[in-house]
Amino acid sequence: MEKEQKESVDESALNDAFEARIARGETIEPKDWMPERYRTQLIRMMSQHAHSEIVGMLPEGNWITRAPSLKRKMTLIAKVQDEAGHGLYIYCGTETLGVDRAELVNQLLTGKAKYSSIFNYPTLSWADMGTIGWFVDGAAIVNQTVLAKASYGPYARAMVRICKEENFHKKQGYEIIATLARGTPAQKAMAQDAVNRWWWPSLMMFGPSDKDSPNTAELIRWRVKRKTNDELRQRFVDLTVPQAEAVGLTLPDPDLKLNAATGHWEFGEIDWAEFWAVVKGNGPLNRERLQARRDAHENGAWVREAAEAYAAKHERAPAASAA
Amino acid sequence: MATESQWPLWEVFTQGEQGAPHEHAGSLHAPDAEMALQNARDVYARRGGVVSIWVVPSVEITASPSDEAGPFFDPGADKIYRHPQFYKVPRGLKGF
Repeated sequence: MEKEQKESVDESALNDAFEARIARGETIEPKDWMPERYRTQLIRMMSQHAHSEIVGMLPEGNWITRAPSLKRKMTLIAKVQDEAGHGLYIYCGTETLGVDRAELVNQLLTGKAKYSSIFNYPTLSWADMGTIGWFVDGAAIVNQTVLAKASYGPYARAMVRICKEENFHKKQGYEIIATLARGTPAQKAMAQDAVNRWWWPSLMMFGPSDKDSPNTAELIRWRVKRKTNDELRQRFVDLTVPQAEAVGLTLPDPDLKLNAATGHWEFGEIDWAEFWAVVKGNGPLNRERLQARRDAHENGAWVREAAEAYAAKHERAPAASAA
Repeated sequence: MATESQWPLWEVFTQGEQGAPHEHAGSLHAPDAEMALQNARDVYARRGGVVSIWVVPSVEITASPSDEAGPFFDPGADKIYRHPQFYKVPRGLKGF
């Protein structure tokens, strides 16, 4: 009884010290004491982020064999490889919180873990490769630039590394769209069609509206998030509207208008029923994406086996010669 | 049948240019040092800008205690005479 009481007093003192560190803007490192809730929230958020990078390879991987030129094909391969790398940076960061990589992968493959809903939409034309780079990577940059100042050191450092690389993704996508938009009428129509299909799902990438986001207040207090979902969404809209105008394409929102007083672009209501349906597993491609990940994991088993066998043989050789 | 057990974790240190120190870049899993190096190249040096990589098994790293950082580093905190600002030179002297 006495011991229990002492432990809870210690815990509360540790918690106060932790909150004070956060308030001073200090960075929390893996070995530092942290509240269990901070740890679990970060594992949830970071692993979802890592899964999103990995599943994010699928919609674009779909177009590697059909890229319209060698230059575009090389670019797309490099971009998809980057997404794999980004997934690895964040998985490593997540592991510093004491969770096993195999466990994280298992959560993805069994459908227990979530990933960004945007990757459950199909990539129907080459213009989708441009729009994904422009919108989806553009939205990711808005989000990740802020996460690069997150209070958890390994997460922030992974974001700094990723942000440096994402700019290439956005620029190559925008270049694809700009090229199509000044091409033949059919090419321009293809670009406009892709913009029409990806605009709203891209806005949904920032997550539910602040009033429906139960985690936001806590994550902001802990400085894991530095801006709310709605603030980030607004920043993305403000950045993207002039970019669409510059290439002569329209964003599919009749309510889009500049508020001269605030300087912000006001936009129409997001279809939250669609958002929640996709999050809950009923988007156009949820099942196909997961199946593709499971197949990739199973089909890669022989590579892992070979690497293990080689390592085991290699390890034994010096010991055998010594004996 | 590949085991589902986790391959060892390696910490990756990269040197940005000749003469610069190696800095911690991140970590990765690999079955042996050779693959750890190759994976580190692909994960942390895809865009060039790296001239040398070290990989170190994470379990081999011993770190200073984070909860006693104050007392641990205390011996270095109160010796201001180790800093050049501690010493005075005659006023008006140029180019010391």
